[in-house]
Amino acid sequence: MIQVTKLTKRFGLKTILRGLDFQVQPGEFVALLGPNGAGKTTFLRILSSLSRPTLGKVIVAGHALPNESSQVRAKLGVVSHLPLLYPELTAEENLQFYARMYGITNYQSRITEVLQLIGLENRRKDLVRTFSRGMSQRLAIGRAILHQPQVILFDEPYTGLDQDASEMLDEVLKEIASHGRTVVMTSHDLIRAEALATRFDVLSRGVITASINKNDLKNNLMDFYKQALAN
Amino acid sequence: MANKKTINTVTADHRPPSAVVGQPSFIKATLAIIHKDLAAEFRSRELLTAMLTFSVLVILIFNFALDLNIDVRQKVTAGVLWTTFAFAGTLGLNRSMAVEKDRGCMDGLLLAPVDRSAIFFGKAISNLAFMLIVEAIVLPLYAFFYNETRIFKLEFIAVLLLGSIGYISVGTILSAMSVQTRTRELLLPILLFPIVVPVLIASVLASGAIINDMSLPQIMTPLNLLIVYDIIFIAVSFMFFDFIVEE
Repeated sequence: MIQVTKLTKRFGLKTILRGLDFQVQPGEFVALLGPNGAGKTTFLRILSSLSRPTLGKVIVAGHALPNESSQVRAKLGVVSHLPLLYPELTAEENLQFYARMYGITNYQSRITEVLQLIGLENRRKDLVRTFSRGMSQRLAIGRAILHQPQVILFDEPYTGLDQDASEMLDEVLKEIASHGRTVVMTSHDLIRAEALATRFDVLSRGVITASINKNDLKNNLMDFYKQALAN
Repeated sequence: MANKKTINTVTADHRPPSAVVGQPSFIKATLAIIHKDLAAEFRSRELLTAMLTFSVLVILIFNFALDLNIDVRQKVTAGVLWTTFAFAGTLGLNRSMAVEKDRGCMDGLLLAPVDRSAIFFGKAISNLAFMLIVEAIVLPLYAFFYNETRIFKLEFIAVLLLGSIGYISVGTILSAMSVQTRTRELLLPILLFPIVVPVLIASVLASGAIINDMSLPQIMTPLNLLIVYDIIFIAVSFMFFDFIVEE
């Protein structure tokens, strides 16, 4: 579903990604772990066609980037730590706007379903600026899954969420993953990553330094992560 | 914890037969952006309030600052109005793009599978609508304060429209560029005014010629220039918007 070969990204003289190789099979939930500045966000921005690779080959959902970025975007949902929502619009109006941007016909029933999924059907007429951080993040997930993407990218979705909101987000993410979607999530929260993901990759200094399936994990994820960084 | 009960764990993430994802058309995407911008602005009124307040203050200051005999009034009207609209326009352009940037909404727009020039046209038409609303309110005020009714001539309104189109098409693309910097409020006018000078000069000349009842050839020269600049600026903005918004 995702195939990245020798990906390099430079900003001026600074090299962020250094010949990175990365593959994800359909239905996998990959947690991309790594310290701050490792290049996780840059990598996700390239996968989501928001940034161009300097060198290397990137194929997402069968389409090459950056040449087929429009086709990739149609099959991709992205959730970042920013909600990408308009505070002066209601939850429903935000989803209507994105539904129109994604060419969803008869979107009203789909919006109702998504609002039910994320537990915001009672707040559909409320302005997003009245939402808590947790509610905004759930609506951001609703926005990202509205067009039924094959691949969903989560960039630090738990940033700024309290315990209750994080637990609610867990439920939504489990629900999304249970439908066989391909998910790549960056996170610093190893406990949550371990509970949700089926594979863990460690990105450090612009390359994947370690990768392991959940079934092959001998101890806990923290030990694996520390060892991957130490190596 | 009570909130957890609101999560509907029933499988709701299957696309119903009625919700079909297709290729969004250029026009529908453009209209969606315009509708979204207008709805958000008519609810918050942040942008229009700022532009209108600024415009009214400027024409009031000019009213007190200038010696308003009939002769002077005829000469300064076009300049005063275009100065007012140009500076008020930068306020609107800055704010319009800052709304997209500050909550990451620009990424949301760029992630949609639409031709990115649809985003440019959507934002440009919204910005133009805001500018025209301000002009529609400021013109009667100007007529009242300056006792000048020739600004309601159809030809004058047409020049106002053409000048605003040129100004907004360049302003939209430059605001998309400047909003990505920390000094966006400073950068936009510094970038915009040197580039938009031909539009402003042509607009002031054409407006002045109309107010002063000059002959058609005298009006047509700046008017033709204005039309040519509008076409060039729209075409260039259309071509380069994709490169500017991409990292």
